[in-house]
Amino acid sequence: MANHSNNTALLEETPVILPGHDFETVTEIVAEIPLSKRFPLGWIGVLLIGLGLAGMLHMALGYLLLKGIGIWGNNIPVGWAFDIINFVWWIGIGHAGTLISAILLLFKQQWRMSISRFAEAMTIFAVACAAIFPVFHTGRPWLAAYWLFPYPNTMGLWPQFKSPLIWDVFAVSTYATVSIVFWYVGLIPDLATLRDRAVSKVKASIYGMLSLGWRGSARHWHRYEVTSLILAGLSTPLVLSVHTVVSFDFAVSVIPGWHATIFPPYFVAGAIYSGFAMVLTLAIPVRRFYGMESLITMRHINNMAKVMLATGLMVGYGYAMELFFAWYSANPHEKFMMWNRMFGPYGWSYWTLISINVVMVQFLWLKSVRHNTTLLFIMSIFVNIGMWLERFVIIVTSLNRDFIPASWGMYYPTQWDFMTFFGTIGLFLTLFLLFLRFVPMISIFEVKMLLPQSKVKADHAH
Amino acid sequence: MHTNEPANSLHGVMAEFDSAQAVVDAARKTMAQGFTKVEAYSPVPIEELNDIIHKSRTILPKLVLAGGLTGMAAGMALQYWASIIEYPMNIGGRPQASWITFIVPSYELTILFAALTAVIGMIVLSGLPQPYHPVFNVDRFSMASSDKFFLVVESADPKFDQQATSEFLRGTGAKGVYDVDE
Repeated sequence: MANHSNNTALLEETPVILPGHDFETVTEIVAEIPLSKRFPLGWIGVLLIGLGLAGMLHMALGYLLLKGIGIWGNNIPVGWAFDIINFVWWIGIGHAGTLISAILLLFKQQWRMSISRFAEAMTIFAVACAAIFPVFHTGRPWLAAYWLFPYPNTMGLWPQFKSPLIWDVFAVSTYATVSIVFWYVGLIPDLATLRDRAVSKVKASIYGMLSLGWRGSARHWHRYEVTSLILAGLSTPLVLSVHTVVSFDFAVSVIPGWHATIFPPYFVAGAIYSGFAMVLTLAIPVRRFYGMESLITMRHINNMAKVMLATGLMVGYGYAMELFFAWYSANPHEKFMMWNRMFGPYGWSYWTLISINVVMVQFLWLKSVRHNTTLLFIMSIFVNIGMWLERFVIIVTSLNRDFIPASWGMYYPTQWDFMTFFGTIGLFLTLFLLFLRFVPMISIFEVKMLLPQSKVKADHAH
Repeated sequence: MHTNEPANSLHGVMAEFDSAQAVVDAARKTMAQGFTKVEAYSPVPIEELNDIIHKSRTILPKLVLAGGLTGMAAGMALQYWASIIEYPMNIGGRPQASWITFIVPSYELTILFAALTAVIGMIVLSGLPQPYHPVFNVDRFSMASSDKFFLVVESADPKFDQQATSEFLRGTGAKGVYDVDE
């Protein structure tokens, strides 16, 4: 901790939350939203859009169950397409939430406190959206139980544990479970705050039940803090393993363009990059709409942009390494794959992705860009698109022209592919809006820990 | 707020403070006075309070370690049993017991079991869920989740005396002292 004093000096220059707050104002500003009777018009409007898209998802999946997965555009040679692209995209987005709540907690980054709650919510909803794709790609999700989970079924069948696809089931289901319990544990003290402030009896008892009767005793807080630290310590290797295992789905195969040792770190960096983009996409409008600029400050926005820049550069390094491998392997199939990726029929997607993830991201070096929320918001949407294209490029361009030219083919998504994809965006939006309205979106007790009221001087009597 | 109810229906006496520093100072004085059944309540975690009042740390980390090891063993055992004993598949003559391929699921199960042990352990050791507790009978206690700090000396304490303890707590700088009905 050689530069500890430097960090402290920096902290004093730009406060994590703006001055003028005490315990009461923080509680008031955050708890007021779930407890109020008001449903703001803007909130209702966006919720209707979300619900409309979610309805479309319902229709697309319903039709899939009637007709089978033939309604999707993926077919040999491109046997995997939107289903896995969207799965990886959503899972990746989730990673920022765990990074903020776990890794930054271990590094004692206090700025994480105002954004951890809704970044974690984002994680859970993103994982929920991700899970839809592989489960429905099985075509008969009600049978997926014995394909995916090891349990004694009447047929005496067991999953193939040597397959990365089953590793993925374990990684993603553990990730979903741990993310939910971590989020819930973080909520307990804040739910108690809502219970104590609720005027209506119904709300007080609902929040009271959910808070488990939390009363904030010294012994409970001690156990609580130990638990939070342990969960952070467990979530850190977990989150790194999840996208590593997702990348194994590709890297363990022998397909040129997939079979690369760079995949695990490159996928994890890409996940964090896209996840921070999504946090910015959500945080910038939310802080303005709810007037939270004093709690989610420019310091947060600036830091998130910096993380995006750093991980974006790592992703750019990944692209460079893919090029290098193709050349250095001296393998004609690897070389052809890269040529096909850049100048083949899907070349447009490769160059769009490079212009977003390698070129555009360089503007984040400029402080003026990092402090311009409108520009950052637009850029964050582009990063989301860029990272979606990255998965499209990896999956489709590696498959569409395989070893035998006679079996080459093109992939075109159908309307059902698009309806399912935009439908999950609607589902995500709906869940996120319900979260904003009914759950404290900022961790009240953690933000309070930043205030002088909660500081205790060391006892010199000992 | 004093009531004339008999002492056996009294949970204890509660003192209210404005800041973390004030409640920590009061807790030190209270413990120095020789009280043993004391508990503090605060809107934010204050690590010092547990050190001063309870002087012991939770066994949770040990439970979590045990949970994690159980998860790892369970993961390995499940995969070994399913792939070698119950449902062996010969794929290209590769070894059945290739434990290296079993690492990922048992790694995930290690984390899953450890995390669930941590959360369930925290809740169960704390005696939660517990919708009712005597401290909730004090109206001011609703501020314990907002911006006030509380210290309770329980009637089960051998040194407890309703009048004397209230007087003592007032002397520690409390903003208010209340009886906590059982």
